[in-house]
Amino acid sequence: MSVQTQEPTAAEVEREARTPVSARVMAGLRAQAMQIVLVWLVIVIVFSAMSPDAFLDAANFRNIAISVSILAVLGVGTTFIIITGGIDLSMGSVLVFSGVVSSMVMQRLGDGQGWGVAIVGILVALASGLMWGLINGFLVAKAKVPPMIVTLGTFGAALGLALVLTGGIDLRAAPDVLVDSVGFGDVVGVPSLVIIATVVVVIGIVALHRSRFGLHTAAIGSNAEACRRVGINVDRQLIKVYAMAGLLAGLAGVLNLAFFRSTTIAGNSLTNLDVIAGVVIGGTSLFGGVGTVFGTVVGLLIPATLRNGFVILGVEPYWQQVVVGAFLITAVYFDQVRRAAANRGTTRRSALSRLTHRNRKDV
Amino acid sequence: MSTPVYEARGIVRSYGSVSALQGAHFDVQPGEVCALIGDNGAGKSTLVRILSGAEQPDGGEILFEGRPLELSTPTDARSRGIETVFQDLALANHLDPIQNMYLGRELMKPGVLGRLGFMERSAMRDHGKEAFASLGATVRNFSGPVGGMSGGQRQAIAVARAAAWASKVIFLDEPTAALGVVQTKGVLDLIRRIRDKGIAVVLISHSMPEVLQVSDRVHVLRQGRRVAVYQAKQTNVEELVGAMTGALDGKEAA
Repeated sequence: MSVQTQEPTAAEVEREARTPVSARVMAGLRAQAMQIVLVWLVIVIVFSAMSPDAFLDAANFRNIAISVSILAVLGVGTTFIIITGGIDLSMGSVLVFSGVVSSMVMQRLGDGQGWGVAIVGILVALASGLMWGLINGFLVAKAKVPPMIVTLGTFGAALGLALVLTGGIDLRAAPDVLVDSVGFGDVVGVPSLVIIATVVVVIGIVALHRSRFGLHTAAIGSNAEACRRVGINVDRQLIKVYAMAGLLAGLAGVLNLAFFRSTTIAGNSLTNLDVIAGVVIGGTSLFGGVGTVFGTVVGLLIPATLRNGFVILGVEPYWQQVVVGAFLITAVYFDQVRRAAANRGTTRRSALSRLTHRNRKDV
Repeated sequence: MSTPVYEARGIVRSYGSVSALQGAHFDVQPGEVCALIGDNGAGKSTLVRILSGAEQPDGGEILFEGRPLELSTPTDARSRGIETVFQDLALANHLDPIQNMYLGRELMKPGVLGRLGFMERSAMRDHGKEAFASLGATVRNFSGPVGGMSGGQRQAIAVARAAAWASKVIFLDEPTAALGVVQTKGVLDLIRRIRDKGIAVVLISHSMPEVLQVSDRVHVLRQGRRVAVYQAKQTNVEELVGAMTGALDGKEAA
């Protein structure tokens, strides 16, 4: 500290001027999203070293990206929900329900082919996803039922209705144009699914970190009562967040139908846990208030990369579940450490920085 | 004295069979620090909640700048320049000081971008820093979450936020309750600077020395009524405690 206590303003001003760059770099390195990128890179490097030809191949990374795309679309909405301090267990079922309703409508429209039918199908899927999201949001915000219970209920209800509508047999009706362009199409070598997911992720990142919607989402997760006191309509914001997540689950339903050409009724019972694990590994706190969409994407890439690498190396892919489980627990452990540090009144953000200590002066 | 900027006459409020306020009077002048003291259950918090719009009185009259006023929500009060800092901070701990200052009042970009929800981040940052600086609230880190800051820093931010928006009256409910000596002094200095801007400050506190140190007048509530008003310079702790507990005969000097 400077000896000249008479001129604190000058010192303050100078420090103000130079903190941003270093602070941002440090904050960036401390952020769990960045640490998790490093973890992912280590995994990539290890697999690349062990299997240079098969793993380190553009086509292989393309496969990994495709396998993450649909989960990433779900992950964006789930990230927002978890940042409000809520949870969503229903998105896998909503995906299935939206796909089923969409497929049924498209099948009954004319010959079930062409872009006109496809667009109606997409809109139907988005609308049904939005409907489930609104139901979730309304029950959480207005009826004050805990989000875990609400979405556990809609998880069962959406899947149940999908089974009622189909009799439990997967539908396969989808216009060829939709399957060819969205499911398996690509633009200059980049799969359409990856492009769509990227657009959703980028919009999610901008909305979360740059818009008032994102700010209020985090503020509610941080302190809902404070938000009410400053006149933010907390209920409406919560309904919007759940509705957006539902809408994205509807979109994911279309992508899923286009890619698998099936409504995959039985294949999505654990999707919710995969997505939540990705969100949490990515550094979003289950206690709300803080999180990133970018972290979620990386958090989803890690299990996908592990699964892919294990298959290539001939390791039983079941090991992936074990490793991801360990990652999940570790991620939440670091989140706890961070929160404990925050409660102690320090700005420590990670376990690593606990090794250093800086004197802090109060007001 | 001139017209009080904010005045309550005969406020009555009961919760079921419990009457919290039984005809309480209150008034505060512009540019004055007015302390509101009373034992637990005397009705201080109820009175503040009513005057900040969080609750509605069962009876009585509220005058704002001499004219009758009805508040149905805290937003009504805030839109008239009446701000309240509640005991439990009410900051969003994960947001930075600027985001907290503008929470619920974000400056939006003009035109389409604004309608899409984009904010004037740099303008908020600049104005926010100015507002903190003009109150002498030393905020060391404008981009870190307030949850990582000390209790004194957070209280300073909460008070400065209210002061930045309060053009008329600011209520502070036990702003120093959880603070150490140095931080308390910081908040008391902040209170004086807010008063010097011509804003009426209403301080609710249990600390008699602090009340005598910073306030101009002291209102004493007991059993839902204002039982005494003292000039802070002409009274002492014994007299205040006496009025609070009813050991002395209060002098109602409205």
